[in-house]
Amino acid sequence: MGVISACGNDVAHFWDAMSHGRAGIGPIAGVNTETLRFKNGAEVKGFDPAAHFVGSQIDLLDRFAQFALVAARQAIAGSGIEFTPELKRRTAVITGTSAGGQGSQDAGFVDLYRNGRDRMHPFSIARTMSNAGASHITMEHGITGPAFTTSTACSSSNHAIGQAFWMVRNGQCDLAITGGSEAPFNYGFLKGWEAMRVVAQDTCRPFCKQRSGLILGEGAGMFVLEPMEHARARGANILGEIVGFGMSSDANHITAPSAEGAAAAMRAAIEEADISAEAIGYINAHGTGTAANDPTETRAIHSVFGDHAKRVAISSTKSMHGHALGGAGAIEAVATVLALQHSVLPPTANFIDADAECDLEYVPNDARKVSVEYALSNSFAFGGLNAVLAFRAL
Amino acid sequence: MSDPLTTQVIAAIARVKRIPAEQVRPESTFEELGIDSLDGMNILFELENDFDINVPDAQAKSLRSVREVIDGVRTLIAEKQRATGTSN
Repeated sequence: MGVISACGNDVAHFWDAMSHGRAGIGPIAGVNTETLRFKNGAEVKGFDPAAHFVGSQIDLLDRFAQFALVAARQAIAGSGIEFTPELKRRTAVITGTSAGGQGSQDAGFVDLYRNGRDRMHPFSIARTMSNAGASHITMEHGITGPAFTTSTACSSSNHAIGQAFWMVRNGQCDLAITGGSEAPFNYGFLKGWEAMRVVAQDTCRPFCKQRSGLILGEGAGMFVLEPMEHARARGANILGEIVGFGMSSDANHITAPSAEGAAAAMRAAIEEADISAEAIGYINAHGTGTAANDPTETRAIHSVFGDHAKRVAISSTKSMHGHALGGAGAIEAVATVLALQHSVLPPTANFIDADAECDLEYVPNDARKVSVEYALSNSFAFGGLNAVLAFRAL
Repeated sequence: MSDPLTTQVIAAIARVKRIPAEQVRPESTFEELGIDSLDGMNILFELENDFDINVPDAQAKSLRSVREVIDGVRTLIAEKQRATGTSN
């Protein structure tokens, strides 16, 4: 797997931050925040595109696609997979992103509408299109199998990974490169988020009384998925196992979440994994830190797990890497796989006092050493689209 | 007989909810008018544009009635006039 995030630009650095409860949240550097109500974000640090791409490539790559490529390279290198011509034909690439290259689009529009230019850059469409990440991954690695991008707001990555999981398991491909990416730090997009009044002024404090909203994040997470028997046969370094994928729709409200919808997606993932709810030891929550999500997600967990709800360890790693929107599910899947692998649960950082409406065990502030066999990773998106992945430790 | 500010606030609420202004009274609660979180954001967006004011997030999230909106807008206008040394 591969990751680039506010908490580290590769898996080792990312895990170091996760396992020490270290947040990558601070004043936004990439955008002038003078006329923005919120000033803080979870940006990727020390990322120089020139260190990863040649000039002609950079011209074609919006930041979101750059992240996707970098994370994919890490995942492919780590997997040790050898891309034979046959395998290239039988590999799928499925990525998730909510807004794709909207930064490139924004820059083009500034030229048109503010600077009075009468043309956009010829690469504008190619940079903006949401499939750019998936396309460039196929081009870089010569992959000619099925490839597409899912766009479901904050659930984009989980939907992508879930689809890839099904395709590999059902034999529709022999291998899949999957995950998601997002690069939201552009003035126009940030203004849109400001208007919804869900972004915290200080930091991200999921599930605690002092929470005041989400903190936007950026980056990418990518995985190489293959059938277990095949991975074992070639002696691959297997990091974990995906055992279930559940989806549902709230059919409720375009931004407010529903406990019933969230619960249905969790149940579907658990059912597909063919385990009981009591087998789940850890949930990487959607946990945005907004007024709406955290109590709703808590109620959903109560509904699914009953008495066991109090025994499941839950944490929101968004408290550290921020809410990477279409890339969130992928980054959180990396955190979940690492948690199972290392038997250390990353905490919910920045936690002050408990909230009466959030009465479960959220692993506040300090990582916890505990061996867990099964975990869920939740994504509950705007528009009521829910996607949950179930993982098993090896 | 309402003052101009009250009339303007009520008109903005009625516009967003697509209901007659007569149905919106200063004592109406958001719940009574069926104003949800999205409507609330929309109403404040209109009022911020109409009055050239800035409603902070914490205040925005606490509003539950038309009266609170009217009082809040009045206060923000007064603060702005004090800050810029003008009064219209």
